[in-house]
Amino acid sequence: MREMIVIIMSAILVENFVLSQFLGICPFLGVSKNLSTAIGMSGAVIFVMTIASFFTKLVYDVLLVTYNLEYLQTITFILVIAALVQFVEVILKKFMPPLYKALGIYLPLITTNCAVLGVALINVQREYSILRSVIYSFGAGVGFMLALVLFAGVRGRLEHCDVPESLKGLPITMIAAALVSVAFFGFKGLFG
Amino acid sequence: MKAVKTLTNGIIKENPTLRLVLGTCPTLAITTSAINGIGMGIAATLVLIGSNAVISLFRKQIPDKVRIPAYITIIAGFVTIVQMLLKAYLPELDKSLGIYIPLIVVNCIILARAEMYANKNTVFYSILDGIGMGLGFTLALLLIGSIREILGNGTWFGINLTAGLIDPAIIMILPPGGFLAFGAVVGILNKVSSVKVRHTGCRSCAMNCGECEKGVEA
Repeated sequence: MREMIVIIMSAILVENFVLSQFLGICPFLGVSKNLSTAIGMSGAVIFVMTIASFFTKLVYDVLLVTYNLEYLQTITFILVIAALVQFVEVILKKFMPPLYKALGIYLPLITTNCAVLGVALINVQREYSILRSVIYSFGAGVGFMLALVLFAGVRGRLEHCDVPESLKGLPITMIAAALVSVAFFGFKGLFG
Repeated sequence: MKAVKTLTNGIIKENPTLRLVLGTCPTLAITTSAINGIGMGIAATLVLIGSNAVISLFRKQIPDKVRIPAYITIIAGFVTIVQMLLKAYLPELDKSLGIYIPLIVVNCIILARAEMYANKNTVFYSILDGIGMGLGFTLALLLIGSIREILGNGTWFGINLTAGLIDPAIIMILPPGGFLAFGAVVGILNKVSSVKVRHTGCRSCAMNCGECEKGVEA
């Protein structure tokens, strides 16, 4: 139990996907302009990441390792993720319309989100068991949400600041992200 | 003439990293040293040339509805080839780039070029576009990697520049330095060039990526 909590907390704070591993920067910059889209997008990411890590790890253990096909992991994972996202979209549309309404527009974007493929690769690289993979991915997703929500607040404040002309837009956003990242850096070494 | 234009287009005018702001993840993650930047840039260039060529070759056969999955599969194939080559011949570079090599699959630059260029143009021009875009990406990574390595480690390609007189600012090779260096470089470019980069994120990306901007407005 204790170990699981350490995995989750370090995935959220110490190894934050966005701010210290640079996975999922595209959505981080794209949808962090306001709070509600940030929450919608990261909700979809948590959902897909948790399911995808279960299936990719399952496919890896059951198929790829058994037949010595580990070198096909990149192709397999991206196809599993793409198929899964489609599948989740159909299921949600049919059985959970309210959830589909909340997450629907973000789902197609997630296939090419490097956070999802990244988490699948990290699970294999660190040789996590299926249970640990799922827990780690959930934690990583929550970390993604935390970064997006915090940063949406920072960007809200930036809107009203007097920024030099050439720094407007992307550059100042990056510099603000650097400061938020410094804050997260303070968690380094929290769990040894 | 068109050939030269296609080739140079990606290097300055439409530099994928600094002008189109594609592929931000690897740009921030692996530019801790100049050599890593070049390694990543060349790996992505090889994938880009290969995938552009194959996608352009089959552009009439691939049905429009399944083109994105088809592209991703082709790209993933080339990424696997590059990954295996790196493992065999440059194991050290492979280790320092880590999971960012397989993550080239989801690099926006490659899918965006397939969608915006290779599926409309002939094989020859698609290959040139791949080379140009890849070079642009490599140069941008080299620039940011050099800045971070010089400021953060006091070295350039491993050569010591400070002679032990100045303590380097380690923060530049840590994660925050990535955001800072990238933001500063784009800011300086905005200052000196007439075309401003304002938009953030994935507007120019393929894969309905414009959707996320729509989502913001909706």
